[in-house]
Amino acid sequence: MLNYILRKLALIIPTLIGISICAFAFVRVLPGDPILAMAGQHGVTPERYEILKEQFGYNLPIWQQYFNYVGGLLQGDFGVSLATKRPVLNEFFTLFPATVELALMAMLFAVVIGVPFGVLAAVKRGSWIDQLSMSVALAGYSMPIFWWGLLLMMFFSAYLGWTPVSGRIALSFFLKPITGFMLIDTLLHGNWPAFVSALRHLILPAIVLGTIPLAVIARQTRSAMLEVLGEDYVRTAKAKGLSSRRVVNVHALRNAMIPVITTIGLQVGLLLGGAILTETIFSWPGIGKWMIDSISKRDYVAVQSGLFLIACIVMVVNLIVDVLYAVINPRIRVK
Amino acid sequence: MKLMKTLMVATAMTAVVVGTAQAKQLVYCSEASPSHFDPGPQTGGNDFDASAHTIYDRLVEFAPGSTEVVPGLAESWEISADGLEYTFKLRPGVKFHTQPYFTPTRDMNADDVIFSFERQWKQDNPWYEYLPGMTWDYFQGMDMPGAIKSLEKVDDLTVKLTLNEANAPMLANLAMQFASVVSKEYADQLAASGDMASFSTQPVGTGPFQLVDYQLDSVIRYQAFPDYFAGKQPIDDLIFAITTDASVRAQRLIAGECDIMPYPAPADIPTLQGNDKLTVLEAEGLNIGYMAYNTTEAPFDNVNVRKALSMAVDKQAIVDAVYEGAGQVAKNLIPPTMWSYNDAVVDHVYDPEAAKKLLEEAGVSGLTTDLWAMPVSRPYNPNAQRVAELIQADWAAIGVTANIVSYEWTEYRERGKQEDRKGPFQIGWSGDNGDPDNFFGTLFSCAAIGVSNYASWCNEEFEALIQKAKATTDQAERTALYEQAQVLFKQEEPVLTLAHSKVFMPMNKKVLNYTMSPLGTHSFVGVDVAE
Repeated sequence: MLNYILRKLALIIPTLIGISICAFAFVRVLPGDPILAMAGQHGVTPERYEILKEQFGYNLPIWQQYFNYVGGLLQGDFGVSLATKRPVLNEFFTLFPATVELALMAMLFAVVIGVPFGVLAAVKRGSWIDQLSMSVALAGYSMPIFWWGLLLMMFFSAYLGWTPVSGRIALSFFLKPITGFMLIDTLLHGNWPAFVSALRHLILPAIVLGTIPLAVIARQTRSAMLEVLGEDYVRTAKAKGLSSRRVVNVHALRNAMIPVITTIGLQVGLLLGGAILTETIFSWPGIGKWMIDSISKRDYVAVQSGLFLIACIVMVVNLIVDVLYAVINPRIRVK
Repeated sequence: MKLMKTLMVATAMTAVVVGTAQAKQLVYCSEASPSHFDPGPQTGGNDFDASAHTIYDRLVEFAPGSTEVVPGLAESWEISADGLEYTFKLRPGVKFHTQPYFTPTRDMNADDVIFSFERQWKQDNPWYEYLPGMTWDYFQGMDMPGAIKSLEKVDDLTVKLTLNEANAPMLANLAMQFASVVSKEYADQLAASGDMASFSTQPVGTGPFQLVDYQLDSVIRYQAFPDYFAGKQPIDDLIFAITTDASVRAQRLIAGECDIMPYPAPADIPTLQGNDKLTVLEAEGLNIGYMAYNTTEAPFDNVNVRKALSMAVDKQAIVDAVYEGAGQVAKNLIPPTMWSYNDAVVDHVYDPEAAKKLLEEAGVSGLTTDLWAMPVSRPYNPNAQRVAELIQADWAAIGVTANIVSYEWTEYRERGKQEDRKGPFQIGWSGDNGDPDNFFGTLFSCAAIGVSNYASWCNEEFEALIQKAKATTDQAERTALYEQAQVLFKQEEPVLTLAHSKVFMPMNKKVLNYTMSPLGTHSFVGVDVAE
């Protein structure tokens, strides 16, 4: 097991180097000059331009810029945002809890709805329930997030008034952040109405963000279930005269969940990607919205380091999933 | 079901909590996060709304809803006969905000005013670059370093500004956001503690509101400053709910989550206007969308070719199709709301036949050119790509082939400035200070070639007129000069003046006394909410 984890960790180093090169190159391939972008409508004098260029190291050869950048990363220096002139790392971790909170809720929504529907579709294979849930899953998978978000918002918030339109909590609550997780903070403050408000604000964005994972999980659960239901041990269990409910819930589901857990882990990257749109629609103050804002402000330092940090997080999550998977399924370790 | 019940009870509780709050609150759904709260180095309208217009004041101010300059922190001022010396008498007893991080020990005085300018002006000032890579774009962009000779303290409440040469727009410049007065005492305290960067995140000003809290990308909270020199504001709490998407802002306004919002999407305007809980104010924007010919490039160096090309464009059709009613055809460079606008100028009539003839007379046939279209939507031109397509079609009708060119926004402007740029270039301008020089001088002086004179147009006669107008302090005389300049501008046609856009400001009916600024800024001074 330890061996397996070490092997996985060893893979991280080349991956990190790859990610840093990609993030660095991506920002340099983007059109536009960061120094000019900083200067705004009036532009800068040529002398000042040269000074700034030197100050930010943009006058150096590209490979040297890269090594300076990586050198900074190694010392935990992720650079200073061109827009706010503040360390990028601070901003990232100020906003990150909001994204995690939203992603967890979205995942919860996707699993709680997706798994039962997947199981049901497999058990009642070919029935109308199967066909309906699979068509809904297909629709969910192909839904443009932007359109879906605005649609739900217009109907449930603006028209029916059931859920808030956007933001993380009603503006009448003014709570100092403690952990950055709104649901936890409101409870720590002992403010129950604020907790409810935070929860209400989570509903629509979590549904919108969870829609695609929901569809993927439902389909994955269905096919994993179908496979397992055809196995000998399930037939044996049935032959022993166990109730079909027990066969499905205990014998089949546990084994079918193994690939589903991997899928869930892989969805994390997708969730962070989806968060960019969802957070923008719902004015959710997380890293997704921050990335979009940074791109539109041409805050290249923020984009470059933000991309790197997001990639690192996705990688760590995938590593954890791999390890968990190996714990559940010993065969993986040997391969 | 049980969950639903709990939720409903909790919602009712929330409502009770909100209902019992006594403070008068105004929620503004702002369009973007401010970079920080120091207005000096900022350039964005949303930055200024969150700092200059809430937290700070200036020596002089634009009167609400106009571009007229009125007293601010300076009670009165005198300008010497030669227009070189400005003596400002400061208002006594102006308090700075008291914050958990700063307690002022004295009132605002001349030291604060001088510090506010010197930090932007003198490169050896320790505050010149207190944040990494900071630039004072407006101070430099308005050419303050070239204009100011000296700034001196006469006594605690008198400041004397001496210029290198007479400069009529100077007073209007001093009402701009970059000229906000900051606290020297606070700056000294921060410098002593070695935490200069906090100057931009924990602001101290003399303005109508003081900062309470900012949660990154989410919400800014202000409260009315009780000791404001002009009296406490009618509202107690001002909240900026940062909402980047225009359609979402509209939804929030409809749902009552905010009281007022800027920049509605054109498609949402009819819905907002049709909502009986809302009022939608509208005003002419102080802006111009135009297309600059490169007057140094053949055949655009021939005035008749430029005229012919302009005549071939159906401007009204473009305004109808692209601005969707939120704009009007422009015949002059400056908008009709600005003083010195010359309504006597006659625009070219849309006439493809005459245009064709004019081209023939100029000996131009089978002309192929680039036609530049901005990649972004701007207030003065919501969709330059569409405009380019319409112009392309209009020109095709007179035998001119146009290839549409576009680049990323900063790259676009950079390439557009080049004197050897090929083809007409779409661009525009939003006024900074309501002075005509901010259009004529900034955009079409000879010195602006390679900077913001995208037509590379240097006309001696025009230059003489605008330079004289800039150095004259008598407004009637300036008006006469700018009126002449506009006639000349139309004769020479260095650009095709396309449109002035309209700006909309939807708000809840309970918002009282909000005035739209022609300069596109959003200030909540004097605004009240009905109970």
